[in-house]
Amino acid sequence: MNMVNAKINNRAVSVPEGTSILHAAKDTGITIPNLCYHPDQEIKANCRVCVVEVDGCKTLQAACATSVREGMVIRTNTQKVRQARKVVVELLLANHDMNCTACKKNNHCGLQEIAANLGVRESRFENILVHREIDTSSPSIERNQNKCIKCGRCIQMCAKVQGLAILDYIGRSGDVEVKPAFGWYLGDVACVACGQCSVVCPVAAITEKEDIERVWEAINDPDKTVVVQTAPAVRVSIGEEFGLDPGAIVTGKLVASLRALGFDKVFDTDFTADLTIIEEGHELLERINHGGVLPMLTSCSPGWINFIEQYYPELLAHLSSCKSPQQMFGALAKGYYAEKIGKKPEDIFSVSIMPCTAKKFEAVRDEMSIDGKNPDVDVVLTTRELGKMLRQAGVDFNQLDEEDYDAPFGLSTGAAVIFGATGGVMEAALRTVYEVVTGKTLESLDFKAVRGLEGIKEAAVDLNGTIVKVAVAHSLSNARKVMELIKSGKAEYAFIEIMCCPGGCIGGGGQPFGGTDELRLKRMDAIYRADGALPIRKSHENPAIKKLYDEFLIKPLGEKSHHLLHTKYKNRKK
Amino acid sequence: MQVKEALEKFGRTPDKLIGAMLAYQKTTPCNYLTQEDIREFAKETGLPESRVHSVASFYSLLSTKPRGKYIIQVCHDVPCYVNNSTNVVIELEQRLKTKMGQTTDDGLFSLEYSSCLGCCDKAPAMQIGDNLYGNLTAEKISSVLAEHRRKSHE
Repeated sequence: MNMVNAKINNRAVSVPEGTSILHAAKDTGITIPNLCYHPDQEIKANCRVCVVEVDGCKTLQAACATSVREGMVIRTNTQKVRQARKVVVELLLANHDMNCTACKKNNHCGLQEIAANLGVRESRFENILVHREIDTSSPSIERNQNKCIKCGRCIQMCAKVQGLAILDYIGRSGDVEVKPAFGWYLGDVACVACGQCSVVCPVAAITEKEDIERVWEAINDPDKTVVVQTAPAVRVSIGEEFGLDPGAIVTGKLVASLRALGFDKVFDTDFTADLTIIEEGHELLERINHGGVLPMLTSCSPGWINFIEQYYPELLAHLSSCKSPQQMFGALAKGYYAEKIGKKPEDIFSVSIMPCTAKKFEAVRDEMSIDGKNPDVDVVLTTRELGKMLRQAGVDFNQLDEEDYDAPFGLSTGAAVIFGATGGVMEAALRTVYEVVTGKTLESLDFKAVRGLEGIKEAAVDLNGTIVKVAVAHSLSNARKVMELIKSGKAEYAFIEIMCCPGGCIGGGGQPFGGTDELRLKRMDAIYRADGALPIRKSHENPAIKKLYDEFLIKPLGEKSHHLLHTKYKNRKK
Repeated sequence: MQVKEALEKFGRTPDKLIGAMLAYQKTTPCNYLTQEDIREFAKETGLPESRVHSVASFYSLLSTKPRGKYIIQVCHDVPCYVNNSTNVVIELEQRLKTKMGQTTDDGLFSLEYSSCLGCCDKAPAMQIGDNLYGNLTAEKISSVLAEHRRKSHE
């Protein structure tokens, strides 16, 4: 690798050829402010906040878009640079809804932080913002154009990672807006509600639909038993909301924090993840043994469900009929647990903490109600919303002692934890299916071929002489490739796991801000560490699951399962 | 002309989109691309609808709103400005009984600003379609408008 030598603020630096000034400066301990730059995206260089002075250049250079060259003399902190950055921020603020205290991203806003760091307290320019309607048409995502700084991160995320291109620039120059085609509402276009746009939006232009108040109301209602479930991926990310390193495993603190908020029972979605493996595993075997539609596709990820329903409805027969773990939990909470504790379904208020925005959409689907009146899951909060709720209540997350989940939906296995990462559902299913079919004990539980951030992964497993091929895909651009393969008849797989978000749920649209591969890898590593640390790592060995079948469900794919745990998906092509 | 015809003539790759849209737009009665047109261009090129709409909304030669048969584009850059392009606009607005950015009631003319037309030596200038008119005076504007009115009856 060729190294180039340069000077940044009179300090000598030596960096590999092609390194941007932004990165080179970071290595010397200088953070250059930036808004449109994102490490996993193409360089956009449109926000102009990262400008620096380069000797010999007449104009200021964008640090994100300029590579360090041999002998370059760069200054990041001159009066000219500071003034230019201030003007850029003031111009952004002049077309921005500056009501920061009322903003959903107050204290978590990239623009606010840069303005504060530069000492910009007010814009010298007249505010020319024309207030536009806030788009609340989606049950998952809210678009507030009055906050948009037109950086284009959401556009790239939607087009390049998810392959959907729901959003793009409309118009030109000062009139430009970021919107779906023809300015349509998000709820009226084929958006899958994955929320990846909200994970990379540096301001509050795209956020989750906030449902915190409804949860507070329920907690304060003495007639309601408020139960909460926590998704696998939340335990390795909620710490980030409180300054912990990405990938910190904080399961016990998470449980304690939810009790501190006043939830009556704290349960684990991992329990129904184990249940999903039992039901889905048996469904797979049923399909293999009785000539059912193959490959079977997983149905845990609601963003993915939205995708297949809207873009590939002709392949719906491939989809497992299993509800997602969140919805299985909701159905059990209202259809089993309520009775067990002598309550009516409407007396139970069921909340879920999810790394996901599409889960909000899933929870309000008509199908997701055991009696057609009460939704199985009343409110879905994202990881970010839980962070807000804990701050509202003044819960000092990091000081909490670790606590355990409540019975009967608290006991789970390593197989359930790995649902949070791409390949996890597949690995969990293989651990169970292998042992159920062969009657043998797996020597190694780690199916490493299905782990990691590669877009499409493959593996094969020998089930009593039958080689079963499986595949795993994450992010919708990869899902689309797999769908085309199935359509062309070239997919020789029996079972395919698909997760909507890059990295799986650990990279979900409701996770703490960032959306970088670096973050995803750290959370993913934590998921597998959490799996390895658990005493039981196979879903079919979960004693609480066995008890649920003995006491209530009787058998996998049985009548009760059919009613509570399975559903049908439909053509929603737009 | 059909969207498909335009694409067959220009090619279906993304880099041919602007040319095809311009050629197609010329043949439409109101000089613009409808939502249906944009969706068809997207479908035929395989580009996302949002992208095609973005392109159509970006370039001043393309429009997503109905416009007149003739688009009058008055240069809005500095050399024309110092040569009183403001008076050109006033003259046009008065004669056409319309405002900048709008279309005449008879649907014949739309009034728009344009960036530099590249003929600063003839400032103030405007263009209608492929025809350029420089050193504009009230008389000249009057005759250009009359000429186009006549042409519209042919």
